[in-house]
Amino acid sequence: MNFITMLEQISSGMLNTILIFFLTLIFSLPLGWIIAFGRMSKNKILSSITGFIISVLRGTPLMLQLMVVFYGPYFLFKLPITNWRFPAIIVGFSINYAAYFAEIYRSGISAIPVGQYEAAHILGFNKVQTFFKIILPQVVRIILPAVTNEVITLVKDTSLAFTLSYMEMFTITKQIASTQTTLMPFAIAGLFYYIFNLLVSFIMRKLEKKLNYY
Amino acid sequence: MSEEKLFLEMNNIKKSFGDLEVLKDISLSVHGGEVLSIIGPSGSGKSTLLRIATMLETMDSGSIKYMGKEAVHVENGSLHYAKPHELREIKKNFGLVFQSFNLFPHMSVMRNLIDAPIHVQKRDKEEVISEAKELLKKMGLEDKEAYYPSQLSGGQQQRVAIARALALKPNVLFFDEPTSALDPELTGEVLKVIKGLAEEKMTMVIVTHEMSFAKNISDRIIFMDKGVIAVEGNPDEVFNSDNIRMQEFLGKLKHE
Repeated sequence: MNFITMLEQISSGMLNTILIFFLTLIFSLPLGWIIAFGRMSKNKILSSITGFIISVLRGTPLMLQLMVVFYGPYFLFKLPITNWRFPAIIVGFSINYAAYFAEIYRSGISAIPVGQYEAAHILGFNKVQTFFKIILPQVVRIILPAVTNEVITLVKDTSLAFTLSYMEMFTITKQIASTQTTLMPFAIAGLFYYIFNLLVSFIMRKLEKKLNYY
Repeated sequence: MSEEKLFLEMNNIKKSFGDLEVLKDISLSVHGGEVLSIIGPSGSGKSTLLRIATMLETMDSGSIKYMGKEAVHVENGSLHYAKPHELREIKKNFGLVFQSFNLFPHMSVMRNLIDAPIHVQKRDKEEVISEAKELLKKMGLEDKEAYYPSQLSGGQQQRVAIARALALKPNVLFFDEPTSALDPELTGEVLKVIKGLAEEKMTMVIVTHEMSFAKNISDRIIFMDKGVIAVEGNPDEVFNSDNIRMQEFLGKLKHE
């Protein structure tokens, strides 16, 4: 196999990697808010259940969670899982990342001084207005560096989809490497991940600058 | 003063934090156009009283009325608020200026002023903006509307906070130690603004440690000590009172 064919095959996997990356972000970023609100709820039962879920999601390997999500429906309910591979990957990644985002959101929210809520309350803003107009814009700026960290980790974590034999970049790379007995595919994949993350950091830095208006 | 309209009535307010009794059966009223200052040592309950009046804090017993309408009262140990839409109307009666300003850091000075009038009071945007410009001019901040709070001095921030409260056209404006976070020079510029409002007959309740200022602008002063109103009267009466705690308090201030 020549270098160009290798490059072509690996970049075809890149598309699936990018797909996992974006779909995970699309689902986990909002889901993180729901989990964060559950965690911060005044209802003790809800907040302890959410706290437990977060601790399990953060305390066990993502690889293991992917296995459970993929094989669970079959082993537990004898459901067919033929078309479940890709959805399982997205579900597994999204839930796992949402747990991390939830804790980041929570830290951002607790960094807002109580005086901001009091001022909003005195001015007559209702709870929804207070959250979206006063709290959220300040939280976003506070949490952006931490979110950037997670997003960079996600780029690399997409390679874990190989455990479910999904044809993303790393799975393909490993196949080529073992059939051709060369390190070259790993070098190419490494370079791709690296460029992907350079791009991610660049965009996030731009975003940070944009939010640094005050 | 008694024939003038009662803007605020607080009756038999009690409040404890755990075992600590912060307010022991306090009643006070504020009439339209009146400037009332509340002075007293730290921990005497003045700020708590203000926070209860503005409903940032709940009380253990008592009642609060604005413009004759009851906002909240306590019966058998539980709070009874006015109906939500009535309560919203009642809350429009007052504004509050905080010790730590509490401006919204992500909004320009102008947006700090206009956001609530536009989105809470649903008033016309153009009109609100032109009124906000007038207010900023009055505060000596006409060139600062595009600035963010972090770009302003403490004194300027506090004046923005006063303008923000005034933009909602409250009947009563509360001040919770408005100059305690400021150095003497900046204190002066904020006090000047408050004095200007007093001259315009704005109804104000001011918790302050600035004794000469309180003496100067107040129609009435309340001296609080250990959760009770120890002395109440016009500035001369209060400052010449033979109440021992009042004497001690003034003496301490002189020696500081």
